[in-house]
Amino acid sequence: MLSTRATEDAGSRRPSGVLIGVLALQGDFEAHERVLRRLGAGVREVRVIDDLDGIAGLVIPGGESTTMMFGVQREGLAEPLRELVAGGLPVLGSCAGLIMLDCAHLGLMDIRAQRNAFGRQIKSFETDLDVAGLPGGPLHGVFIRAPWIAEHGDGVEILAEVDGHPVAAREGRLLAVAFHTELTEDDRLHVLLLEWAQSASAQAPRG
Amino acid sequence: MRDESTFAVKTGLAEMLKGGVIMDVVNAAQATVAEEAGAVAVMALERVPADIRRDGGVARMSDPEMIAGIQEAVSIPVMAKARIGHFLEAQVLQALEVDYVDESEVLTPADESNHIDKWAFKVPFVCGATNLGEALRRIGEGAAMIRSKGEAGTGDIVEAVRHMRSITGEIRRLQTLADAELATAAKELAAPLDIVRLLAGDGKLPVVLFCAGGIATPADAALMMALGAEGVFVGSGIFKSDDPPTRARAIVEATTHWQDPERVAAASRGLGPAMVSLESSKLEGEQLLAQRGW
Repeated sequence: MLSTRATEDAGSRRPSGVLIGVLALQGDFEAHERVLRRLGAGVREVRVIDDLDGIAGLVIPGGESTTMMFGVQREGLAEPLRELVAGGLPVLGSCAGLIMLDCAHLGLMDIRAQRNAFGRQIKSFETDLDVAGLPGGPLHGVFIRAPWIAEHGDGVEILAEVDGHPVAAREGRLLAVAFHTELTEDDRLHVLLLEWAQSASAQAPRG
Repeated sequence: MRDESTFAVKTGLAEMLKGGVIMDVVNAAQATVAEEAGAVAVMALERVPADIRRDGGVARMSDPEMIAGIQEAVSIPVMAKARIGHFLEAQVLQALEVDYVDESEVLTPADESNHIDKWAFKVPFVCGATNLGEALRRIGEGAAMIRSKGEAGTGDIVEAVRHMRSITGEIRRLQTLADAELATAAKELAAPLDIVRLLAGDGKLPVVLFCAGGIATPADAALMMALGAEGVFVGSGIFKSDDPPTRARAIVEATTHWQDPERVAAASRGLGPAMVSLESSKLEGEQLLAQRGW
């Protein structure tokens, strides 16, 4: 039988696991879910406001930012998301997720993204890159019609660059990357999100 | 070191299109309507399948000027169709930097025995399939995304359902086989053994699977998602209906919320008449597009 609503797997009931929401309006949300489950986290697909209840962290996946923003407006998710982030919710945004975090979209980070900055699909690529503060050596990133960060505020820490353009940035517990590690076996960015989510949960336990 | 056009990069774009609706458009104005309705990509072509069916004659790759106009008009990915086996049309589309080439049975085939060698291209390809063997042959040729063929331009979902059930059913059957039985299964499917082995282990295609052909309503889109499609192509169904912007938004909404019948119901209200449809079981041999390709 098909499930009737957003899926919530057994992991979410595991006492040690934190519950991470994955924005599932469109995009590669299942790839992110696989990584999070591999790491023992509980996962909930977020499509409507009620799905945000009780999550300790959020992933905004890759996809088409115009489609995703259209969905966020249709579902009225923007304001509830801003409130959660103001309350300390950690967020990982990849590719379209980076664009969604910027000042022209959800306005959660003090960055302005340049869409499709590297060009059309034929210019998409994969490469190793050094990410500041990330232990374990270079990270392998897959860049699909990827954006870069054209402008950012003083409170934003740039973690990685390609061709002199910022492609990874951190502001508090918000992490935006222009590339996809969820399509690889490298889970380090998701581990970071889980660590933030765990410490946030410890400080302010949620119902 | 930077690697372009790897298989991960080619399949990666299809991963990003998941859960979305790709809409056929014939000009920049329609492309803008599609983008504003939430389409994840547009398919640029001169005539939608319903018109190709009505007009008859040879259907070819679209005018590069029209494709370039659509690329100018929207920021979402732009796909375009090449005839089966017409690798020169595909090279032209690659030179235009379209984001995906659809080697499509909707156009008149150019080669009766060979599909395009898709490994030779930097641009990724999507190809149609009616069953698992056909899907795996296309992947073996380098396709980075598969769609059901359905019966384009009819507004009749029955063929797409047949193709999707055939593909997913055969995948389930493969998973029940012992390793020693996979070589014979590959022979019967006329498919590459290494991909059959991979599939039997993973239980899913190594590329993204979309549905195409005959989607006319939000419920059609939701049905195909429930049957295992990871997203949908809508051809004539939107711009041959009475109210394209509203119908386009509704199909996008139903594709996201396919698991929630109340949302599909809400999306389906007040859309006006769907496209004028043809019952595909009443079509004669040469009118059936899904039989093109092998």
